[in-house]
Amino acid sequence: MFGTGIIRGLGVTLKRTVTTFVDDIGQASRYINSIDTPAGKILQQPPEVKGLFTIQYPEEKRQLPENFRFIPMLVYEEDTGKQRCTACGICSKVCPSQCIWIVRDQTKEGKPIPRPKEFYIDASICMSCGLCAEFCPFDSIKMNHDYELAVYDRFPGLILDLEELSVPTSYYAALYPKAWEAEEEARRLKEERKRARAKKAAAAKKAAAAKKAAAAKKTSSKDE
Amino acid sequence: MTDVTVAQPLPFADAPAGAVIEGTEQDVVVHPDKLVDFALYLRNEKGYDYLSSLTAVDYLGYKGRTPEDRFEIVYHLFNTKTGGEGMVMRVRLPEDKPELPSVILVWPGADLQEREVYDLFGIKFKGHPRLRRIFLWEGFHGYPMRKDWKEAYYEADHKPYKSRWPAGHFAWEEDRAPWGDNVIYPKGWDPETFVEPPPPLPKIHEPPVIAGREHVKTDRIIVNMGPQHPSTHGVFRMIVALDGETIVGLEPEVGYLHRNHEKIGERNTWLMNIPFTDRLDYLSAMSNNFGYVLAVEKLLGDKAKPPERAEYLRVIMAELTRIQNHLWTIGFLLNDLGAFFTPALYAIEERELILDLFEAVSGSRMMVNYMRFGGVKADVDDDWLKIARDLAFNRLPAKVDEFDRYLTENEIIKERTMGVGYLSPEDAIATSMSGPMLRGSGVPYDVRKARPYSVYDHFDWEIVTDDGCDVYARYLVRLGEARQSIRIVQQALDGLPGGPIMNKKPAYTFRVPKGDAYAAVEAPKGELGFYIVSDGSDNPWRYHVRAPSYINLNSLEHMSIGYKVADAIIILGAIDIVLGETDR
Repeated sequence: MFGTGIIRGLGVTLKRTVTTFVDDIGQASRYINSIDTPAGKILQQPPEVKGLFTIQYPEEKRQLPENFRFIPMLVYEEDTGKQRCTACGICSKVCPSQCIWIVRDQTKEGKPIPRPKEFYIDASICMSCGLCAEFCPFDSIKMNHDYELAVYDRFPGLILDLEELSVPTSYYAALYPKAWEAEEEARRLKEERKRARAKKAAAAKKAAAAKKAAAAKKTSSKDE
Repeated sequence: MTDVTVAQPLPFADAPAGAVIEGTEQDVVVHPDKLVDFALYLRNEKGYDYLSSLTAVDYLGYKGRTPEDRFEIVYHLFNTKTGGEGMVMRVRLPEDKPELPSVILVWPGADLQEREVYDLFGIKFKGHPRLRRIFLWEGFHGYPMRKDWKEAYYEADHKPYKSRWPAGHFAWEEDRAPWGDNVIYPKGWDPETFVEPPPPLPKIHEPPVIAGREHVKTDRIIVNMGPQHPSTHGVFRMIVALDGETIVGLEPEVGYLHRNHEKIGERNTWLMNIPFTDRLDYLSAMSNNFGYVLAVEKLLGDKAKPPERAEYLRVIMAELTRIQNHLWTIGFLLNDLGAFFTPALYAIEERELILDLFEAVSGSRMMVNYMRFGGVKADVDDDWLKIARDLAFNRLPAKVDEFDRYLTENEIIKERTMGVGYLSPEDAIATSMSGPMLRGSGVPYDVRKARPYSVYDHFDWEIVTDDGCDVYARYLVRLGEARQSIRIVQQALDGLPGGPIMNKKPAYTFRVPKGDAYAAVEAPKGELGFYIVSDGSDNPWRYHVRAPSYINLNSLEHMSIGYKVADAIIILGAIDIVLGETDR
């Protein structure tokens, strides 16, 4: 019959509407496991969501996964205040849009010090690819989750300098709980291995010294 | 040293005399004067009926090359009946006279690709009926893909730039080369007095005269559809000649989003290109990554072979991408039919969940930057797999079934799409169509089956075709392909092996052996190929993208002639173009 297509199509819309309203009675499925914060709800977007998918930004926000990447940040050690960055320049070399500018610190005599004196990221051309964080050997540059970066002026608003980029380790640990744990574990193992190696080296040195001493004694006794 | 090389017998012994200069049956260098004869021979005698990719390489300064063979035109040919690895045909041209005959009469699919080469390299194809600029405007000076052409704000040939480290005081490019000082005008050219030539009028295809109505005369009107029009899916423009409401001529105009992706690709290092490929077809970034890493892995050889788990993850991601892309396309086809946005939004509900999966593993919903040479960037965990399984086994099949139930037999859809945009199988092959366009014309050609890459041969699935040759058939093929993709994802999730995801620790800079390689994947839009040339350094010498959304426009004019203007919109919608890839 002519017109059944339209009626069936309208039926789909009606079904959606009803599903959403029914779902909203009691706890709506889109709010499963959501977190209430003073700023608003943070939604998990569970895969079993029915009906309405939309999130009422900015009152509601979505829970970002740990791997989410936006603009890089620089991690410093909270207890010592020391930057993890050694100004090795790998991030600026791997950056596809070449938006990382680093000035290495120097002593008065002009000898390089492994820490950045200036560090700029031009957020207006950063393409959020995350290659810098992926290839940083010192776990220093990481991707921040803060995506609300709107400013009134491009310069200097979107040119992030060392101070704006720096975040303490606790901030990083809160954003990346799994990665943090894995990195700390790796660091602990590495240090353990280093200590074991040092111990072994010391023992070997000691043994060598004793051997040498014994040999020296032997030769000296021969001489006599 | 004595020369002991014995002259090898030339391949294609029965080919037109003097055509073959050197090479093998798979890779042959052809004399430009005999090109058309040889092309006809290949098509008619050898069955190479499908011109997949046509591009040029500028070998200025390449080791072992002289000005006598500076330019090389590369044709990648395939056989749609038997599949297989296909062959490469090359034509070498001197610096001072870059001219060769057009093969548009042998493979009409060469049309847009030859225009692209002319635009970017300045190589003239004799006999091409409308050889003019396509991406750039008519007043553009120079040919940007030539190696001696430098762009505005030129800093260095290759990244990384020296100014960034270790003395990287931030500086604006605009301060270094202020606006006005960064351009070179040709001699005697004045921007104030220059008038850009008007865009060409489309070629008019006269409609048949109906007997008894010879006296009826109608005026032709030229209508510009786009570039700012929601039906063109981006900044695409169709110059349409109308006879009443019937289309009698159509001229596609592209290039509004052109940024010379390929030139940028030559300046990048190999690794830096991966996030740039995301920006081609931004709806299916995973497939773009896939094609590019396959091409580079081909040059890197066995040492870059990814582990089994990485191959499975690549396939899962590429197929999830296909599902969400096809749902999106079907939704937007309804949008083009006039059902404004409600069905489109229903169609992309499940896409939301698929993008959540991409975000959880790669960090971004669309610009995924997920694959690496020799593996993938991040591994999936059990939570991810649980959600993916739920999607692949419950939600997505239900969604596709729902679409099938409500749309396939819907009388409005059938009325508007059946018999619209007819493209015969012969024309589809000849005009280098690929993807659902080709299979919607009943040609069972799919890169995943024709020359299986990655682990596609591990799974049980079928090529979906439909003999309708119209928009409705393309819709059915997309729906069927979404089903087949779900099948593949289910099998891949079941068979996902353990183990590492990278074959070795990834390096941020490395050299790729000298040579060239072409690798193609079956992207949701069609055959997405990457042709790369390496000179053994950190950066690609040439990086070419065979963009399906661009080449599928070849037959737009042919398909639209004779239909109503409202049909042109759904014909374009069924091609499924993304302007990020079309314009590159």
